[in-house]
Amino acid sequence: MKATAWKIAIAAGLMAGVATGAIAQQKNVTIGVSIPAATHGWTGGAVYHAQETAKELEKAHPGLKVIVKTSPDGASQANALDDLTAQKIDALVVLPFNSDELTNPVREVKKKGVLITVIDRGLKDPTIQDIYVAGDNPGFGRIAGKYFADTLKQGNIVVLRGIPTVLDDERVTNFEKAIEGSGVKIIDKQYANWNRDDAFKVMQDFLSKHPKIDAVWAADDDMALGVLEAIRQAKREDIKFVVGGAGMKEMVKRVMDGDKMIPVNVTYPPALVATAMHVTAASFYTNAPMRGTFVLNAQLITKDNAKDHYFPNSPF
Amino acid sequence: MTETVLRTGAEKRRFTLDMRALSPFIALIVLMIAGALVNPDFLTASNLLNVVTRSAFIAIIAVGATFVIASGGLDLSVGSMAALTAGIMILTLNHLGGSDMGTLALGMLAAIGLSAACGLANGLIVTFGRIEPFIVTLGTMGIYRSLVIWLAAGGTITMRNFELRELYRPVYFGSILGVPVPIIAFLLVAAIGALILYRTAFGRHVIALGSNEDVARYSGVPIWRVRTLTYIIQGICVGIAVLVYVPRLGSATPTTGLLWELQAITAVVIGGTALKGGVGRVWGTVVGAVILEIVANIMVLSNFVSEFLVGAVQGAIIIVAMLVQRSVHRGR
Repeated sequence: MKATAWKIAIAAGLMAGVATGAIAQQKNVTIGVSIPAATHGWTGGAVYHAQETAKELEKAHPGLKVIVKTSPDGASQANALDDLTAQKIDALVVLPFNSDELTNPVREVKKKGVLITVIDRGLKDPTIQDIYVAGDNPGFGRIAGKYFADTLKQGNIVVLRGIPTVLDDERVTNFEKAIEGSGVKIIDKQYANWNRDDAFKVMQDFLSKHPKIDAVWAADDDMALGVLEAIRQAKREDIKFVVGGAGMKEMVKRVMDGDKMIPVNVTYPPALVATAMHVTAASFYTNAPMRGTFVLNAQLITKDNAKDHYFPNSPF
Repeated sequence: MTETVLRTGAEKRRFTLDMRALSPFIALIVLMIAGALVNPDFLTASNLLNVVTRSAFIAIIAVGATFVIASGGLDLSVGSMAALTAGIMILTLNHLGGSDMGTLALGMLAAIGLSAACGLANGLIVTFGRIEPFIVTLGTMGIYRSLVIWLAAGGTITMRNFELRELYRPVYFGSILGVPVPIIAFLLVAAIGALILYRTAFGRHVIALGSNEDVARYSGVPIWRVRTLTYIIQGICVGIAVLVYVPRLGSATPTTGLLWELQAITAVVIGGTALKGGVGRVWGTVVGAVILEIVANIMVLSNFVSEFLVGAVQGAIIIVAMLVQRSVHRGR
């Protein structure tokens, strides 16, 4: 009788433990997170979300240790991976600088029996990763394109491209596909390197060159800010709206406030680092299967859902 | 007899010198004609004013670079220095919080003070550390850039006070008697720079130092002081450029001023200053900066260059412009 009572008490304790996460005390897990250092807005956001999530996860699962390491370039990221392995990690969450340089270093970590989660930029050999979390670049272009086709229906637009990369190409070709067949026509496009100053210059020149522009796809929030300043200086009234992208907090705020020039934004959230960390932690602390590929949809941020995408404390 | 011979000799020399100083202007005119052929919109007043206004930052920085390069030095840190100065200036303005002229003046003072200090640091390390300026400024380039990234936490440093932004905005977007303020600023900086370089003992020391350091030392030129001063002048020029840059977008990001050092050096060389030192041409430098901006402008205005090839065509135009310039004074 007494023994049964004890069993019940233990069971109850365990149940309570599940609820508060105290059960995790029996399970010590170390997760290493390796991401690029904050060298521009988006990676700045990624670092912010990684650090916030590390705190959250450690609080939710006692016994879990999350080590976040940032690296300024590919070579130092390879060194950081060595350091992390030396600290006996059970899982590695990595946002690789580039696919070529980091495939082998990550494979070495894998050989030690570590669970590998890869974010955003894939490795050369996809068999290395156990979990893959990525943003949706083709979708990023497609959703923006669809918005132009649906809202503008008819008109001439200009496009500002980022830095010549596969990523930029995927976005732009899918944007072009999405407006195909509609009355929306791209009359000019030019690289502006995801840079505010370059976007300002390119837009000034577009404004001198084309007497009538109906809308602008700036494809990035930094570039959108440069574009807006150029339009304001030229005092042009013909441009109906500018669409940026990536969900910078200042721009999401303007969407939220109903700014006519910034009706929408398209997400490519740096918080996907947080998703990857949660999925990785869950694979240790739940029985739900977690291995596989997770593609986060690019979402259209409108006035109605903007508050879900607004993180006033993030640097991005 | 001898007298006449001497005089013609002197006249001839002066004439060739003039042609050399003129050649950047000739390259500029050739480019203007090319631009007009590519797109008639090129010659509209608004486009030309935009382009010249945009070249103001590089022109102002390049005036400082003319001093450094003419003295046989080099400063690779100017782009990072501009970003850091802009960042600190905005943070100062945000911290002070006011929206009056006094706040603005303090912010500007902080900017100029910081950039002059950055220049002083470069100068002191080069002179007292006796290290190649290339290495020193490559090092400080990384330091200044990282500091601004750290201050911004990888994000953006933005002017928070809206009223202050509106008060400050005319410094980039305003104009006096139809001439945009940045153009007036860079003409003033160039005029003062030319005055110092051509009309003062210090200016002659800079050139002497650049042509031959040993001879300059034996002639009693205070080498260390002159060299350090050229870097301080460079720093102050960066500060002035930042004063004009900040009101444009009201923010500094980790990509602010990226590769400006290369553009400034290119402007100086296009302007006819020798990269090995000993010759300095302030007005040529200013024209060089305008040329760089015009080439970029023509690329966007043209309809036949694919966006993938812009860089290649831009590079080719700069080389051709330089060849035209060289053939002009070789022909004389």
